[in-house]
Amino acid sequence: MRKQEFLKLIVCVAAIVGLFCAFVSPLAYSIRQGLDLQGGTHVVLEAEDTPEAPVNHDAMERVLHIMEKRVNELGLTEPMIQRQGERRIIIELPGIKDPDKAIAVIGKTAMLEFKDEEGNTVLTGTDLKDAKEQTDQQNQHLVSLDFSDEGGKKFAELTTKNVGRRIAILLDGEVLTAPNVKEPITGGKAVITGQRSLEEAHNLAILLRSGALPVKVNIIETRTVGPTLGQDSKDKSEFAFTIGIGAVLVFMLLFYRLSGLIADISLMAYVLLLLAALKFLDATLTLPGVAGIILSVGMAVDANVLIFEHFKEEYKKGSTLRMSMNNGFKRAFTTIFDSNLTTIIAAMVLFAFGTGSIRGFAITLGLGVVLSMFTAITLSNFMLKMLVGSNVVTSPFLLGAQARENGTEVNNRA
Amino acid sequence: MLENAKFDIVGRRKIWYLISLLIIIPGIFCMVTKGFNFGIDFTGGTIIEMRFDKPVGIQSVREVMAQYKLDNAQIQLSGESSSALEARDVMIRTVDLEESERKAVMASMKEKLGDYQMLREEKVGATMGTELLLNALWATLLSWALIVVYVSFRFEFRFGLAAVLALIHDVLIVLAAFSFTQRQIDSSFVAALLTIVGYSINDTIVIFDRIRENLKLHFRRGGDVIALANRSIYQTLTRSIYTVVTVLFTTFALYWFGGDTTKDFSFALLVGFMSGCYSSIFIASPLWATFREWAENKKAAKRAAEQPKKEKTSDEEAEDEDNAEAVHEAHKPKKNAKKPVTEKPVYKKKKKTAEKTEQEEPVETMPEESKE
Repeated sequence: MRKQEFLKLIVCVAAIVGLFCAFVSPLAYSIRQGLDLQGGTHVVLEAEDTPEAPVNHDAMERVLHIMEKRVNELGLTEPMIQRQGERRIIIELPGIKDPDKAIAVIGKTAMLEFKDEEGNTVLTGTDLKDAKEQTDQQNQHLVSLDFSDEGGKKFAELTTKNVGRRIAILLDGEVLTAPNVKEPITGGKAVITGQRSLEEAHNLAILLRSGALPVKVNIIETRTVGPTLGQDSKDKSEFAFTIGIGAVLVFMLLFYRLSGLIADISLMAYVLLLLAALKFLDATLTLPGVAGIILSVGMAVDANVLIFEHFKEEYKKGSTLRMSMNNGFKRAFTTIFDSNLTTIIAAMVLFAFGTGSIRGFAITLGLGVVLSMFTAITLSNFMLKMLVGSNVVTSPFLLGAQARENGTEVNNRA
Repeated sequence: MLENAKFDIVGRRKIWYLISLLIIIPGIFCMVTKGFNFGIDFTGGTIIEMRFDKPVGIQSVREVMAQYKLDNAQIQLSGESSSALEARDVMIRTVDLEESERKAVMASMKEKLGDYQMLREEKVGATMGTELLLNALWATLLSWALIVVYVSFRFEFRFGLAAVLALIHDVLIVLAAFSFTQRQIDSSFVAALLTIVGYSINDTIVIFDRIRENLKLHFRRGGDVIALANRSIYQTLTRSIYTVVTVLFTTFALYWFGGDTTKDFSFALLVGFMSGCYSSIFIASPLWATFREWAENKKAAKRAAEQPKKEKTSDEEAEDEDNAEAVHEAHKPKKNAKKPVTEKPVYKKKKKTAEKTEQEEPVETMPEESKE
């Protein structure tokens, strides 16, 4: 009789149950929630090639930068702006109050053009590096322009040809300002004078700066989930999770008795580990993601069931309890390994070749499989061995197997 | 373990193939004629879901839409409705609306039908979903190829082939179910299909693993593949049932309590998991047995042709005598016609031998254990 082992086991069980009850809910809620759960707006932008401004990597980086500025002006907590693929940008605005305004701000598909009097476009937003408001010594408000190298050359050419005439600066086809060219400007820098106030100069500068989208950008997708629906989804998923996992726990307890209890404990540890891993990876939990977690609980039991079934089989063949546990585990291991590895292969391919939501899903799937395998082959195995090793429980029935007719004698010899 | 005569899944494989084909063929027919009910992820369009302060009727919502020439919009009532015709929650699906147009529609709603809370609005250009689908399709095909490679490496090619055919079977069943019921397919459907594939391959490999083990331990060349597959299925049956039951528990919980947003997603999973469990037992394993049998027949035919009088172990002779009556069944390549009768593999279940091995096992192992 090794009562100590048994005591260790009880402590272990109590600790996991305690941790589970205390942390499962706070941990789950501390993971970043997707917009479908917390409410918010999701916008997808796509850049389009135009003859003047083809889409390339640099242009996309600038669009990204400009979008960051625009979104920051909205003053939201935790907005997310991300490039996706070659020509797309995803913007997520959690908890936004006025989605229409946000979409309007983001969607200013502003394209900046400098035109001569004949209406030829000479420069575009790509050529402008920066624009700033200033007040000079005569207390005049002005906007200073800083061109890129290429832009400086083009601007020099434009101003040389148009001395004494007007050039127009247009934003999305609307004339922002139409200054007179006094002299050729060749240094790559210029000023626009004649602003009535510093604020007006400031606004023009912002428009020039942030309006300087180097390429044409379209909003191709917007999704807004109101806070009511988000909360509703959260409540419902939580309920489904409780019912689902509860049913699984009861099922295991009924069919495998004490072994089932151990599987249940492992399962709790699995849920905690999975949530902690998601938190650690800074994953975003979306509604399908939550559904995936709920389902993975059902699947995670599988490894335990495999171990128990092999145990039952070994025991039926006439082994002692301890031998059955050892051999059963050994035999179950190859099965668990091969069956889970194929699923992991599938998850890895999805992660490597999928995009966006598919990728997130692949992570949850892969993590779920790895962790459930891990808890089964370490924790379940460890606890089962302690349980059998302690010799406190000698009834095969309590361990989930059927008692054999001549079974008891064999047990006691273990 | 009483493996009785009734437990003959592989021997009756034609029945299972037929059952699956009876779903898949009409399914494909339905997919071609009726197609699918694609969500706006795939078709592009606008969805507005709102909760009015007071219940509204479909007709009055349609009247508002008609002002904007959007009378062909899909309008659905949901939530706790006071009657079948009125409800507070309304979902409207239309073609892709411009921002200004959508705002105008919603303003009219407010004016005509009273104040509301915005639950959800989505606007999708037509290209997004198709891309997602194509990406997922390529990824899935690639993962299948890798699964075949891995399984061929760890097991043998025939296992890989059978496993992937079973996966294709499951995907077709789920697609058929969605075409029959015209449930909506959106981007989460892709995730559901992938989960199903993950579950089904897992389930199949567990049985295959047992077949592999039995092949190593109890199988002699020229033995009865069918009986072996049957035994393996039988030995893993409890596990197959328990696992599918626990998975279905959680899926049902999602389906019933998870809310409308995930209803179609969990429906796909329900159908897929059932099909995945079914296909592992009734499709994948019989398919493997069929392939293996073809190969054995080919080999046997070759051997027979090369050296017609090859030496035979007494075991094999005994076995063949046992089953002398049960030799005639289909699936036999014509080449084998020349083969000596005694060498023909056996297709019907082998009640006697199966029982014999089952009984023998404990007797063999017991003495070893008691030495301990």
